[in-house]
Amino acid sequence: MSDQKPVLEVKNLSVALPQGGDRLHAVEKVSFTVKPGEIVCLVGESGSGKSVIAFTIMGLLAKALKPVSGEILLQGENVLAANEARLRELRCTRMSMIFQEPMTALNPVMTCGEQIDEVLRTHTKLDTTQRKTKIIGILTRVKLPEPERIYASFPHQLSGGQRQRIMIAMALVLDPVLLIADEPTTALDVTTQAEILKLVAELQEGQGTGVLFITHDFGVVAEIAHRVAVLRWGELVEMGPTEQILSRPQQPYTRMLISSVPSIHPAHRGVRLEKETVLRTEKLGKTYAGKSFFQKARVVKAAVDVDLDIRRGETLGIVGESGSGKSTVARCIARLIDPTEGKVFLGKTEIATISPSKLRPHRRKVQIVFQDPYRSLNPRITVGDSIIEGPMNFGLKRGEALARARKLMETVQLDPNALDRYPHQFSGGQRQRICIARALAMEPELLIADEAVSALDVSVQKQVLGLLDEIRQRLNLAVLFITHDLRVAAQICDFVAVMSQGRVVEYGAAEQVFGAPKHDYTKSLFAAAPGRDWEFGKFATA
Amino acid sequence: MTAIIEEAVDSAAIASASSKRKPLWQLAIRNPAVIFGGAILLIMVAIAVLAPFLGTVDPTRIDPAARNKKPGTEITYRLDNGTSFKHEAYMGTDTLGRDVYSRVLYGTRVSLIVGISVAVLALAFGLVIGMVSGYIRWLDGIIMRIMDGLMAIPGILLAIALVSIWRAGLITVIFAIVVPEVPRVVRLVRSIVLTVREEPYVEGAISVGTPTWTLMFRHILPNTIAPLIVQGTFTAAAAIITEAILSFLGIGIPPETPSWGNIMSEGRTLFRIFPHNILYPGIFLALAVLAINVMGDGLRDTLDPKMSKKV
Repeated sequence: MSDQKPVLEVKNLSVALPQGGDRLHAVEKVSFTVKPGEIVCLVGESGSGKSVIAFTIMGLLAKALKPVSGEILLQGENVLAANEARLRELRCTRMSMIFQEPMTALNPVMTCGEQIDEVLRTHTKLDTTQRKTKIIGILTRVKLPEPERIYASFPHQLSGGQRQRIMIAMALVLDPVLLIADEPTTALDVTTQAEILKLVAELQEGQGTGVLFITHDFGVVAEIAHRVAVLRWGELVEMGPTEQILSRPQQPYTRMLISSVPSIHPAHRGVRLEKETVLRTEKLGKTYAGKSFFQKARVVKAAVDVDLDIRRGETLGIVGESGSGKSTVARCIARLIDPTEGKVFLGKTEIATISPSKLRPHRRKVQIVFQDPYRSLNPRITVGDSIIEGPMNFGLKRGEALARARKLMETVQLDPNALDRYPHQFSGGQRQRICIARALAMEPELLIADEAVSALDVSVQKQVLGLLDEIRQRLNLAVLFITHDLRVAAQICDFVAVMSQGRVVEYGAAEQVFGAPKHDYTKSLFAAAPGRDWEFGKFATA
Repeated sequence: MTAIIEEAVDSAAIASASSKRKPLWQLAIRNPAVIFGGAILLIMVAIAVLAPFLGTVDPTRIDPAARNKKPGTEITYRLDNGTSFKHEAYMGTDTLGRDVYSRVLYGTRVSLIVGISVAVLALAFGLVIGMVSGYIRWLDGIIMRIMDGLMAIPGILLAIALVSIWRAGLITVIFAIVVPEVPRVVRLVRSIVLTVREEPYVEGAISVGTPTWTLMFRHILPNTIAPLIVQGTFTAAAAIITEAILSFLGIGIPPETPSWGNIMSEGRTLFRIFPHNILYPGIFLALAVLAINVMGDGLRDTLDPKMSKKV
């Protein structure tokens, strides 16, 4: 493999950013190669330029961005010099790309078969029956059940994983020499992700396709990559075989990045504390019933019979895949939505059924931090005003509230003088700290973190997780931590509840759930976690 | 290693701190469409305000001796006290000998008043009803069915019906035009409220115990301003046309008051021989509506950049 001519050679590539950006180049002097039958992972945090490289290779770069130097050789042909017509010929026949979001990457008004057929009609001279045979063939190869039925299905009739398989089928139908995968599993659940990764690995091995795999997830890297290129701010930091990068990284940045990946083995925690119970739910349930004049009402049980309890100073994690009902439970507890069944006890008060006016005094006790740091703060008011809004609602004077806000800014390790700035002047991680400060300003008893670190880069995620844990200890808070990320759950939770289809299927101390899962679903969830056999951050002494 | 983390955080802070957002109005006044539309509109406002000083005579003055004169004719007006003065009728005179130039200039007042007041009133009513409808779920169904009902009747017909119930006059006309415009604004506001109320920062505000009214005014209302300004310009343009149509049909502003629609209506009978009676108010009407629409388009492009890329 090593002495084969590379399918892709990127030499000294620089891509300029439009003026007024925070740096001159999106990509600066990056060189690497992809050989046939090899999977090369481009890893980096957001803004590192990894997607820009992919789009430059495909010739799909936005007009504002211009490659200013270097060349990209696809089997020796410089694609930077190719005109639009030539690029169109090359796409799909020699290089293909799959994207992150399988729903939006497919045309919703065409059947999946027609969409693959379009590729064949554009690039080959096959007749209708030959094309159909070829499509059924590729659908079988990407292991879709009942290829005939899938051929005639519309994208919305398929699951996310199936749609991504359609994308892969479309990309590989003409046997390209290079496949570019831009975060293809980021939008998928962990079990689906494992299947797709396995599929990509199998397919490229069979065909000898070179794969350029873009990801931010070191678990995925450990799972799939032959070689790894680490990017930071558009520059190549380090490149080498996976083994070497993960266990003997040379550059401090790579070491920092890899050691920020949370371990999947839980820390020694989860001793039941003899403290008062802050929150207890009893057969909590939420049923959505769509009301309609003309149709039968649609009933969705988002949460069923959820029993949880959290004591002071404890972190309870709810883990599960998308649609498992974990966020529904959190929102019911915060009474952002009204539960339809069961009870929620906050201390000794039952809050699931009390009226909004009676609820108001209890609002203070439960605070929530949301996933998306860009939408959790009102963009039109200063962060200071956002933080003091709550305390002022409960009668604190502006001056006192501001003093509290300044203290909290220090608690979350931000400059207290930044209170009069607006949210857009902060980075994602900083905004999430501000959201935590806003929650803490209410002096809550229970802090709900609803996927609070999921949108953050791994190094920032580590800092925010550390902050949350420190605050929990210092203020003796009860924390309800909702996440889909098993690694994060392993590091921060004392107890873990695993949810699937609205029900808690396994509930216990983190060490016990992670160490010896009992339920089949939990087992499959852990088995699917990418890079589970790899202990990140334990470097061999170089 | 910690040094690197700190460095990363600091550089992010510096990068984001330097990118200050410009206020929207500053962006808006740089858009050429806004400048063009705004300039014409400003001239119109100046004409309306300064009408008495722009070489006009009393627009309601009837002079049987000066009926149906072509543009550019010089007319001698005799005043009640016996004196007389000469006046050049740039746009000719109508069948009652009134000076069309003066009438068109004074007519600008009516059109702008109708346009602006209809826009303001329709936005005000629409905003309140739309916020209530979007936020108070159980009222939503009731309010929206009433709005659907209003929208099912053609706007002009509804206005005609309303004018025929009340006495014809400026205020009646304004209200008659506002009523069919309100449902459009309500739908717009409601749709924005429905999206914004799901935003995490609104839920965050709910969870810190913010009272409903504060929530609406502080967190939800500001999101509606930009789209409403855009909607307001289109409402104003539509209102000016509707007023002209009502006046043209003879059910709008009383005929003695000069308005573009009235002038055109009166010019209709002798249209083939004296087209200027319809031509000049028509030009003003078209220009005013065009200016407002162009400005509205420009505002939409700056306030809602996503939209401009699609179009």
